Amino acid sequence: MNLPAAEGARKVLDAVKAPDARRAAREFVAQAGRDAAFQLEACVHCGQCADACHFHRATGDARHTPVYKLRPMLKAYQREAAPFASLRKLLGLAPPGLTAQELHQWSELVYDSCNLCGRCTLVCPMGIDIAGLVRRAREGMAAGGFAPADLYKAAQRALDTGSPIGVRWPALKRQIELQEQETGLRVPIDAGGAEYMVVLTSIEIMGFPEAIGALARIFRQAGASWTIPSAGFEATNVGVQMGSREVAAALLARIVEAAERLKVKCVISPECGHAYSALRWEGPDLLGRRYGFDVVQIAELLDRFVREGRLRLRGKDTRRLTFHDPCQLVRRGGITEAPRRLLHGVSANLAEMPGSGAASFCCGGGGGVSAIHRAEPLRFAAFQSKKQQIDATGAEALVTACGNCRNVLEEAIEHYGMTLPVLGLTELVAQYLEPEAPGG
Amino acid sequence: MTAAALLDFARGPALWISLAVLVAGSLWRIAGILRLGGTPELSEPRSTRLLAGAMRGIFGRMVPRAGFRERGALGVWNGYLYHVGLAVIVFGYLPHILFVERLTGLAWPALPGPVVYVTAGLTFVSLFIALMERLTDPVRRLLSGGDDYFSWLVVVLPLATGMIVTQQSYAPGAAPPLDPLPLAVHLLSVELLFLWLPFGKLAHAFLVFASRGVTGAALARKGAPL
Repeated sequence: MNLPAAEGARKVLDAVKAPDARRAAREFVAQAGRDAAFQLEACVHCGQCADACHFHRATGDARHTPVYKLRPMLKAYQREAAPFASLRKLLGLAPPGLTAQELHQWSELVYDSCNLCGRCTLVCPMGIDIAGLVRRAREGMAAGGFAPADLYKAAQRALDTGSPIGVRWPALKRQIELQEQETGLRVPIDAGGAEYMVVLTSIEIMGFPEAIGALARIFRQAGASWTIPSAGFEATNVGVQMGSREVAAALLARIVEAAERLKVKCVISPECGHAYSALRWEGPDLLGRRYGFDVVQIAELLDRFVREGRLRLRGKDTRRLTFHDPCQLVRRGGITEAPRRLLHGVSANLAEMPGSGAASFCCGGGGGVSAIHRAEPLRFAAFQSKKQQIDATGAEALVTACGNCRNVLEEAIEHYGMTLPVLGLTELVAQYLEPEAPGG
Repeated sequence: MTAAALLDFARGPALWISLAVLVAGSLWRIAGILRLGGTPELSEPRSTRLLAGAMRGIFGRMVPRAGFRERGALGVWNGYLYHVGLAVIVFGYLPHILFVERLTGLAWPALPGPVVYVTAGLTFVSLFIALMERLTDPVRRLLSGGDDYFSWLVVVLPLATGMIVTQQSYAPGAAPPLDPLPLAVHLLSVELLFLWLPFGKLAHAFLVFASRGVTGAALARKGAPL
């Protein structure tokens, strides 16, 4: 097996020390392959994506129009790689070269005011995957040294410690022990040959450790073997968020190494939207090879267990609940129905938000925005669109399937003086499991 | 050059040269994008029905998506109006059909003249609304550049010159117009559109299929909403 080492990724992070617009431009051009180019060329500047974007809706700033955020990438592409680029240069009609000042200005547009949520992609009449192109544009920005400093720091910490917030194995081990005491169940560590390997996010580990206990109860009732690796347990991938394929690949490689070392059949992507995108969809391309195991998102697995009768639910939550769709699971990941089937199993009073599913608004913190300190006022402003959707339901509690969404929602709810608890789907399902028979 | 000579030029060399540029330029633009190549997707697809996804992407996006129709209604519906209007005028007007028949031998039934005349009027107004929106809406104004405005102009010119031509009374195919100048100018304006189409924003006429198809297939691969 040949997996990327962290050393190469660390070199990429050095870009921040000497930002270089030409390096960014080269990466923009490299990212503009055939499919991206068809889309970059197709825009008719109709502006419909602006109406779909919660950042534009919140600020009314035309610069927050999603497709406008691609302008540096488009300029680099038109100057260097587009059809007729040479002719344009000859006639003096090519766009001017990018400048460092311009890219520093665009950093706020490409990062702070974009969650990569994909609402713009769905509304575009030309079928341009604007969110996918912003993800590509971030590669250029990060390579050139123009990503936010907070993301470079988080990436550095992730490469050094395994976690973007510095959560190491002893901290996870402690949380596991506490959950073992809480549930009376053993959490298997580094169990070779297990059917399922669970990876977690730092947010879950430190903020919502009950998820670990919930998983223990779920796997016990399902009768499935599972494990948590002591190395390669972190699912968060700041490389995907900042737009560095080298960092993303180095972080992913740790999970893949663990899965292959332990010879598991399936890796469970936790309650985290972007971690799912990174592991399930981008990972094999970043590593340049297919996995020797399956990747399943936890909501998909729970849904499968319930439908197979391996999980038995009893009782229902009687509060008025509503579900917040994590963008990377729904619009970018194709998981829309599984969480809803699960929720109908545990909720007696589920109210869908207007536009639930595909048209749901982002919490405002996805795509790395929650990790950018300077973006906090903007994400709280963007939350207003989500707030309208939540308020319309009259819900007494909010459920989601992403730890980052949960964290961001809790902060925004507090910011706006709302009184809504935010629940994790896995924990909610575990709460309504049929009690095990004595001795069972 | 006399008006008759100008008409001969517009019907002859100018037409063939502009058509050649239209075809060659469009093919060049498509080939220039295709040569950039793609990378294989190695993740396990949720669905392998990528062609169906591409088709759904192409045709599904002809209608604004439910749940996203809250704002910008005028721009959306106006867009339909001038696109449909232009199609009615180009493909439904008898002189245009006769023109195509003379070039290719292909013909089809025409729409009644008054229908096309009313459509032309509506389309003309619609295109000016589109321009006004582009100039006054902060988002569209920020996004727009010379290409957008020139593309608008080369669409409006054939419409405007065509409306002038229709003011003359002559039976298509039966006798030449009394004054060949308006027809020559109309043809030349169409040829300007042919010359510009491959290079500017009007190329969305063919790029839209690739863009929608690529995204449709990619989202279908993930089982995500199209």
